[in-house]
Amino acid sequence: MNKILVGLIFGVVLGALDGATAWFYPETRPVLGGIMVGSSIKGMVVGLLSGWFARKVRSIKWGIVAGASLGLLFAYIVAVMDASSGKSHYLEIMAPGFVVGGIVGFLTQHMGNPPVNGRAETRIDVGSL
Amino acid sequence: MDVSDRVLDHLRHVSALPDLTGTRYDLECEIGRGGMGVVYRARDRQLGRVVALKVFDPALAGEAQVIAQIEHPGIVPIYDSGALPDGRAFYAMKLVTGARLDRYVAGTVSLAERLRIVRRIGEAVGFAHRRGVIHRDLKPQNVMVGEFGEVYVMDWGVAAVAGTPGFRAPEACLDSRSDIYAMGALVQFILPQSSPPALRAIAAKAMSAEPSKRYSDAAAMLADIDRFQEGLAVEAWAEPLWHRLERFGSRNAVLLWLLGAYAAVKFAIFFLRNL
Repeated sequence: MNKILVGLIFGVVLGALDGATAWFYPETRPVLGGIMVGSSIKGMVVGLLSGWFARKVRSIKWGIVAGASLGLLFAYIVAVMDASSGKSHYLEIMAPGFVVGGIVGFLTQHMGNPPVNGRAETRIDVGSL
Repeated sequence: MDVSDRVLDHLRHVSALPDLTGTRYDLECEIGRGGMGVVYRARDRQLGRVVALKVFDPALAGEAQVIAQIEHPGIVPIYDSGALPDGRAFYAMKLVTGARLDRYVAGTVSLAERLRIVRRIGEAVGFAHRRGVIHRDLKPQNVMVGEFGEVYVMDWGVAAVAGTPGFRAPEACLDSRSDIYAMGALVQFILPQSSPPALRAIAAKAMSAEPSKRYSDAAAMLADIDRFQEGLAVEAWAEPLWHRLERFGSRNAVLLWLLGAYAAVKFAIFFLRNL
């Protein structure tokens, strides 16, 4: 399983779980399904990008930083979209999103197969034959 | 009387030196005595290099030939063999410069380095076993650590040697499992006082009195050491639950910290909202 796929799977799953924790806030229960879907999509995007990053950079530390940064960024976008409905939940959305992004970043570094190195391109100059 | 005793000792020593007439070697000095014979430092006139020359009873020449056919980075290569004018046999091999294992580990050596040496010994022993050669006298004094960190297992396959107390397996008839016993004793010898219980258990399993309860071969023992180094459970030790949890925690420390941070954030937000 490559790192992008690892990021995708863990991003969706952890995003869904993060969204599900909104159940502890009774006022969000009527729209819990939508929250979970949105959180899963956010997690998927963060996971995909973290997985892509993990293919380029092999560092647990920078993987966590990248994942957390992406998680924070996309959580901010979601929080802004949510704020347009009247109530703001910046802290409730961005803080967990930041940490979940860090977890996804770590998992994409730790798991999954790195790209195969040594893609030697052999070019034959026909004119020299 | 003292002068005469010294003269007699000198004469005995000189008379015991091998006559290398007819060979291409010049004797320099005695290095040591092993199970098979005496080892000398000599100079190869033809190639201009220093070698170790082992002189032994010609009855053991057949074993020397078997050992010479084993080529492995952990077994000292044999360059040449022959017979001396006095009837004794010899073979010339690489002169290993370094330290005997017992002296090497007496210094400040990390656990990782000790396990690296055990691995090299195990690889050489396993290789020899697969070719039907048993060491029979594996002990720290028969292992050299070279100046570049290379590890050599010396003094192979001497049937006449009874083994060394503490490293010799209890069974009368020695086979490859006897070497496994000796490897366990060797691991026990070189482990530091405060070594982890998993490693002590690996050594204990290799040193089981019953051969069938030891590791089946050197590779199995090395695989258990690998598992220890990777932070996994080892076959030799039924670890208690708390140790298993501790090991899980150390292997997954970063992830557990991140999950803890997530839980802390969630709880903090929940309680802030309900204040």
